[in-house]
Amino acid sequence: MNEQAGLRGRAWFKALTGNNKPKAGDPNSILAADAPFGGETALFLCVVPNLESRFPCVRDGQVGLEEAYALATNIREAIAEDNNKPKAEKRPIIAVVDVKSQAYGRREETAGIFFAAAVSADAYASARMAGHPVISLIAGQAFSGGFLTHGYQANRILAFDDDGVVIHAMHKEAAARITRRSVAELEKLGHEIAPMSYDVRDYAKLGLLFRLLHTENPKNPTEAEIAGVKQALAEAIEDARAGKTDLSNHLESDAAKQTRKASIAVRNALETQWETA
Amino acid sequence: MERIEFDYPEAKRRVTRKAHVGVVGSGDMEVLLEPSLGEGAHVFITTSVDGFRDAWKAVFDRFFSKFDGAVRIDINDAGATPGSVLLRLEQAVEVIEQ
Amino acid sequence: MSQTNIIPDFVMRRSFIELNGRARAQSLFDEGTWKELVGPFDRIESPWLPMQGIAPQSDDGCIVIKGKIGGSAAVAIAFEGAFQGGSVGEVSGAKMTAALDLATKDSESGRPTAAVLLLETGGVRLQEANLGLAAVAEVISSILALRQHAPVITIIAGTVGCFGGMSLAAGVSSYTIMTREARLGLNGPEVIEQESGIDEFDASDRALIWAIHGGEQRVGMGLADTLVEDDSEKIAAAVRSYIRAGVPIEHRSRQVKLYRDRIAALDTSQQIDPATLRHQWGNSTGGAR
Repeated sequence: MNEQAGLRGRAWFKALTGNNKPKAGDPNSILAADAPFGGETALFLCVVPNLESRFPCVRDGQVGLEEAYALATNIREAIAEDNNKPKAEKRPIIAVVDVKSQAYGRREETAGIFFAAAVSADAYASARMAGHPVISLIAGQAFSGGFLTHGYQANRILAFDDDGVVIHAMHKEAAARITRRSVAELEKLGHEIAPMSYDVRDYAKLGLLFRLLHTENPKNPTEAEIAGVKQALAEAIEDARAGKTDLSNHLESDAAKQTRKASIAVRNALETQWETA
Repeated sequence: MERIEFDYPEAKRRVTRKAHVGVVGSGDMEVLLEPSLGEGAHVFITTSVDGFRDAWKAVFDRFFSKFDGAVRIDINDAGATPGSVLLRLEQAVEVIEQ
Repeated sequence: MSQTNIIPDFVMRRSFIELNGRARAQSLFDEGTWKELVGPFDRIESPWLPMQGIAPQSDDGCIVIKGKIGGSAAVAIAFEGAFQGGSVGEVSGAKMTAALDLATKDSESGRPTAAVLLLETGGVRLQEANLGLAAVAEVISSILALRQHAPVITIIAGTVGCFGGMSLAAGVSSYTIMTREARLGLNGPEVIEQESGIDEFDASDRALIWAIHGGEQRVGMGLADTLVEDDSEKIAAAVRSYIRAGVPIEHRSRQVKLYRDRIAALDTSQQIDPATLRHQWGNSTGGAR
């Protein structure tokens, strides 16, 4: 079993912003704050468990309808406020990611959680395309639709390197059931096949990470560790500002050139054939 | 998963067209049929179901007893029965000979 | 008596659902204008499936066709629902992203190129898990880039439906076309039952599934745009009309306040009745404008 989602997220949101309270109007599951960061202001966003949520299927830290729309609202406000600023002055948006999954609930499906998730992804991507550096700090779990809703549109992704960090399309037990394997077989496969792995060090081989970071106790970081993470985030912001506003960097790292050869082959072949079609 | 190859050097008639039929869905397969690069016909099978080499051999022996095109055939198979293999092959031939 | 009076409509019309992904995509284009790109004979297959003892497919279950629709440049990208459940793998995802990016590039250089996504997919292919998930994030990003210049039209015809990460792709599309036989949602009923229990969702309750995920409901509640019959010509006509309409003035997925307010107004003390919700949402403004 994975550790409880949200504890690391909350700890790092507080460490980076000095704040731990939801904004007026937001559900208790959303932490959003503009906080001073490296001489400018950054918008920090985090999804945390809310045991009293009026949606029962999000209480353990899943991303549901309210969470998706609240994230989108906060991001859209930042985009609007910085609309007339030059690119270099648009505030960084930092997603602190520690989400169990999307909400698996009937209320959510009925009211269109697919669309809510799309609205949030749209907001994150719009911020990136407008020139905001969008940075994800994966402090704990980053599962499936939860990560697509909150964090995967970032132009730079950083993650801690310990066993409590899990980035995946589906949790182990369910993935084993669906692919008709035992959990043990699934774990073994993960070591041979990087995209199947539940280990963040294997995830790093996909070439999607800007950096892996280490902390001794991610739920209770030291001042020095916080300073180190802030430094890494500042470098990610600078790198994002110097780069493109799309996700083309996903295929540009040395790791991606190794692991995603097929993706690169597809792009090259399609580009060649496109011209003559 | 098993990879199986067969050669039919007697199949020498030149063909010029390509055909692709079928989907690698449960109990089905896809066939890619195109002019062979060298002499004769060559068959390359990738199947999810192991242990049926003899059955594949029987199907292709039968197929090449009637068909003499110098083709390369690639098959990706998800458990098609011999009957559906022959049907897919005939569909592919129909495309290149029409 | 004319022949059409004797033979009922459904015999005469050409079913779209009965076509495979390739034939569906082809059926949308003006005759003689289209070409398939990175097709089966290019043999860019999944490198990950054979490592797990699973036969790959020569097009990885994704078909890319470029040509003209109603005289306008367009690219169609179809997922083949019969191969691995239409799942998004590294190669199929990369095909979709690359095609969208090339359409964006052409659109930016003055040749507007619309995209049509034919989504029959259960979501991320678990055998390529994290590369499938990354591909979905990339697809979403590329749709958002293209739709600034040219419409991105999603067709969900059935029978697989559109679930998992790719449901977000439908969510950010300019327009979504569905049939009554299509379903659209983030989590399928089986997954919800497995994760949250049978009291939350009884996956054997077919009436409930269609009431929540079905095309009629999604169009009725304004989360998809048009309900069409399972008829190739009618679906192609709907695509042509959306390409003519061009980019909407405001995409649905940017209407944050409208939908946030709607969620805030829901009574969540019990399950939400789909018919009531359709009535409430369908009667207010919303949808792609």
